[in-house]
Amino acid sequence: MFLETKNLTKKFGGLVAVNDVDFSIEKGKINAIIGPNGAGKSTFFNLISGFHPPSSGQVIFKGKDITRLPSNKIAELGVARTFQTTNLFDQATVLDNVIVGHRLRTKSNLVDAIFRTKRLKAEEKQCREKAIEVLEFVGLTSAAYKLAGSMSQEEKKRVAFALALATDPEIVFLDEPAAGVNPDETEGLAALMEKMVSAGITVCLIEHKMQMIMKLADKIMVLNYGEKIAEGTPKEIRNNEMVIKAYLGGSAIA
Amino acid sequence: MAAFFKQRNVIAALIIFAIIFPFITNNTYFVHVMTLSFIWMIGVYGLNLLAGYTGYLSLAHAGFFAIGAYALSLLTTKAQLNYWVAFILALIITSVLGLVIGLISLRTKEHFFAIYTLCVGYIIYLVIDKWDSLTGGIRGLIGIPGPGNIGPIEFTTPVSNYYLVLFFLLLTVLVMYRIVHSLTGRTFIAIRNSEDLAQTIGISTMKNKLLVFVISTFFAGLSGALYASFIRFIGPDIGYISITFDLLTYLLVGGIGTLSGPIVGTVLIVWVSQQLQFLQDYRMLIFGPVLTLLVIFYPRGIVGGIAESLMKRKQKKQAREEQLVMAKKSVAATAASNENR
Repeated sequence: MFLETKNLTKKFGGLVAVNDVDFSIEKGKINAIIGPNGAGKSTFFNLISGFHPPSSGQVIFKGKDITRLPSNKIAELGVARTFQTTNLFDQATVLDNVIVGHRLRTKSNLVDAIFRTKRLKAEEKQCREKAIEVLEFVGLTSAAYKLAGSMSQEEKKRVAFALALATDPEIVFLDEPAAGVNPDETEGLAALMEKMVSAGITVCLIEHKMQMIMKLADKIMVLNYGEKIAEGTPKEIRNNEMVIKAYLGGSAIA
Repeated sequence: MAAFFKQRNVIAALIIFAIIFPFITNNTYFVHVMTLSFIWMIGVYGLNLLAGYTGYLSLAHAGFFAIGAYALSLLTTKAQLNYWVAFILALIITSVLGLVIGLISLRTKEHFFAIYTLCVGYIIYLVIDKWDSLTGGIRGLIGIPGPGNIGPIEFTTPVSNYYLVLFFLLLTVLVMYRIVHSLTGRTFIAIRNSEDLAQTIGISTMKNKLLVFVISTFFAGLSGALYASFIRFIGPDIGYISITFDLLTYLLVGGIGTLSGPIVGTVLIVWVSQQLQFLQDYRMLIFGPVLTLLVIFYPRGIVGGIAESLMKRKQKKQAREEQLVMAKKSVAATAASNENR
């Protein structure tokens, strides 16, 4: 199994945000997590990416237990994530904002910075090239020299993707990548996710837009009140009674 | 004309001006004020890297300034060490204390960090004030030697002191410029924008914050050590909170998170307060409202404000050019489609 969680549980005081969730992510697929507001989806992401330590349970990535690793170490292993909102430095260009995304693959330190060593120059070039490459991948080449503050919501989402991709990930967790963008742009972002998968990157996303998920995902997990209530292909999920009751509100087709 | 005002030329002009300044004025008092401004600038640069580029507002800065000053003074007067040995030791002592305090204080964030460091700064002041046997308490320390000779070069005249401090200032600016424009600097800026995001893209935030905190205290210590050997006597008041806020004011007026902000802010405020000496403490009646207005309308100070308007103009120009290209294209397209008909 590529990445899996075993009995993953997170309690915030008396509130059980994620309860005993077993979930496995298949390599090279688009995996989706859906569920009503407050179902624990984002918390689940935070547990996997090392933002919160779980109360109990395990996260295993490529056979290695990453449960207690800090998030920067998890990123180094090749697990990237995006946030619902991406805070960028508005007074700098998009390219400048993305360059730092490859920092984790570089070694130059303060001494390199002060003496402008060869290593620093080489690594700066490497980071810049990586940034240009990922901006091209997400379709923002023409916006590379725009100020980050002047970008549209959709462009910001793409920059978030670019930042995650600049870390050279094997798997990317996307937290509501299509929230707040219009239907046309949503399709563009869905195409981008498919492009990521065909480039060999596994995708796992949280999303509320049902139509998009049903078309896009290979596998869906449904959370409700922190518990996994269903897991399967979009077809199975659509016909699952528990899901219909909990989430789709009685109607089988969203 | 625009090329004339290129960054490189402006910097060169400023350095030349700073070098010939003592010959232009012939007024020792002006040279004295300028030297003092340079010393403050070094401290402000340290604060800028931490507060401006990494987003952690430390209010213990005067404390570290005082530690640098006292370390140098005690090592030269009481321990009778060679000046430059004491100088280097003073910087090491300040940085090590910075490391220890950073380890604890960086566990807090945002305003909690500011309040915590405010307390740390005050405790440093109290220790200096009350530890009579070591620091001389309220009487302070006198008879601090000036900078020792380096080979044949002596630092006995005000002008030679001016050049020594200028040398350290230029070194500071160079180091800051290189840090800010390196991957390390980008890492700091990423932490300022969003610590969570920085961590998810694989940056060890604690390690980098600690690094920046130590660099910042190092420059506070450098500034303090130079101050002690320039003024020749020090008291506990140099570690008082008001010094921290003086440094912060210079930074805010010049431009927090900009490279030239510390210079602009310090020169401006120091000279304006010299000119307003006759008003005594009433000059605060002028400074207060001006500072408030500045923070409201130019949150990134004078330099930040100018940079932003330049940037906007450039963007507008770009947008206009793009529109022009688009218009030309559409004209060409209509022409082509007309031909096809």
